[in-house]
Order: sequence, then structure tokens, then C-alpha cells
Amino acid sequence: MSNIDVNGKTYETDEEGYLVNLADWNKDVAEYIAKTENVNMSEQHWEVVDFLRGYYDEYQIAPAVRVLTKAIGKKLGPEKGNSQYLYELFPYGPAKQACKIAGLPKPTGCV
Amino acid sequence: MLHIINKSPFGHETLATCFRMAQGGDVLLIEDAVYAATPGTALESLIKAALERFNIHVLQPDLDARGVGAEIIEGVHAVDYGGFVDLVTRNATSQSWL
Amino acid sequence: MSEDNIKKFMFVNRKAPYGTVYALEALEVVLITAAFDQDVSLVFVDDGVYQLRKGQQTKGIETKNFSPTFRALEGYDIEKLYVEKESLQRRGLTEEDLLVEVTVLDSAAMGALMDEQDVILSF
Repeated sequence: MSNIDVNGKTYETDEEGYLVNLADWNKDVAEYIAKTENVNMSEQHWEVVDFLRGYYDEYQIAPAVRVLTKAIGKKLGPEKGNSQYLYELFPYGPAKQACKIAGLPKPTGCV
Repeated sequence: MLHIINKSPFGHETLATCFRMAQGGDVLLIEDAVYAATPGTALESLIKAALERFNIHVLQPDLDARGVGAEIIEGVHAVDYGGFVDLVTRNATSQSWL
Repeated sequence: MSEDNIKKFMFVNRKAPYGTVYALEALEVVLITAAFDQDVSLVFVDDGVYQLRKGQQTKGIETKNFSPTFRALEGYDIEKLYVEKESLQRRGLTEEDLLVEVTVLDSAAMGALMDEQDVILSF
């Protein structure tokens, strides 16, 4: 366990930097985690992060990258539902990195 | 196919469900499931009926450990650990029921 | 992946959802297996049918409600869900009570399906 401090508040994370409590998440925390990942949050980044939070809310899991790509394609169109687009936004892996910024647990099956 | 059962038939549905669904083949009773192979219980007729469709085996060391190794239902085969391995290798698939 | 590497995996679920950890563990294994492009079937028998019961509310027991995850399986290309008819009937349930679309099979058909598998994992 470790902690991050954002705007004077302390949030619990695991050793890899994922938020421990889903309910702790807010936009400031997301920005903070993004910075530690060297990701500059643009509108396109937020779109994916918001999508992930919606997916988790509905299914209670963080999707595998293949599933995320397909689901984004369905909702936001094929120009966004492909791994090239998603890896450009999140170079260290859309599922892993975007999930961390979205405050979700690490996707099942990711090691 | 080999079905491996390890729960007592008293208090667990596992063996009954196995007999209900499986189409035949080998059934091996181990751990607490070995009580199903002992004569004189309320389930003896169920086992005898199942013997018409299945080859039923029971692991002798588990019977012995529980003090019920002296007698088993006629038609049920007692096996040792070597026999357990033979059953597994003889069948293309095994299912260890939980 | 070539056809030769595809095996038929069956996951047999026979436990109710929250009393033990089997149901949740099985679901996690299923999601991981999905990444390997295998032919996956999920089977719900005995108390396992309760995993698919609609309307689960786990707030009061402070446990994660994983039942919505069954609805995500389609997105993982896991579309073969089978429920044993007798298990449903004995519990007074019908397909209407379940939160995903399933194929209901009688005991013999379920047994025959088991015989077709390469690997069976029981939970």
C-alpha cells in the first residue's frame, strides 16, 4: 500500500499506483495519476476514461484491451475503436494505463 | 470420461447430480465420497442402480482411513493409488467434481 | 491461432454466489481463458443456477456484486451458457428469473455436452 496526495487530500493506492477505493476517484485524482504516467489528458483521453468508468459501472469489471477496443468501436466509431488510436493516447497500454487513470482495478488477466 | 467425486453423498448433491447428468463411463469415489460405496446405507440402491450405467471405483486408502474398508457394495471396484492413476490415463478427460 | 490449438473448455458451476468464493473465482478464470481464444462453455447446475438470479443486491453484506459481469461475457465472445433444466425447476426458477440469455438443457443433453469436451473445470 502507498498513498498519493492531491489538493491536500490523501488517497490510498496499491504498490502499482491503482486506487484502492473506487469511490475515491475524481477528476483531480485522474489528472494526478495521468501526470505520473506522463499522459497529458486531452478531450480524447477523457472520452476513453469516461467510457471505462461507464463500462465498469455496468459490468463491474475493467475490460481486457481487446474487449475495450471492440466496445469503443461500437460506441464511438471505428476510427476510435482500434488499438493504434488507443495506444497513441495511452502508450503503456490502454487497458492498463487508462484503467489506472479511471480509478478502476487492473483488468482481469493483465499481468 | 472419468468423474471423480470427493463429497459425502449425505449432505451433498454432487454424486446424485453426476449420476443424473453423466451418460456413463468411470466414476471414482475418493475422500468423503467413499461412504457411498459402503453397504447397508440408505443410498445402496442408488449405487446399485448406477452400476448398470457406470463403472464405479473407490479408493481403498480413503475407505481404510475412515474405518469402512472391510466391505464394499458388490460390483464396485476398489483401487489403490496406482489404480487411480490408471483410471486417469485411460480416460481422455476427467472431471473433478467440487 | 490455428484451429488445432482450440480446445473445448467447459466450466461447471455448481455453487451459489456468495457463501463460498468458488463462483467468483470461476468467473475470473473464465475471463482469463477468454484471452486465449478457446471454445468456452459455461454450465450452471445445482445451486450454480443462483449465480444468474436477477436482482442481486449485495450492499448489505459488503461484498462485491459480480452478477453484472455475466452480462459482459458476450463482449468477451463467450456466448455458450447452459443451464440444467432440473436444477432450475427444483428451485422454482424459470429462464425469466435469470439475468442473461441461456440455453436450457435437460440432464441427458448436459451429460452429452460434457462428453464432447477436452477440458472440464468444476467449481
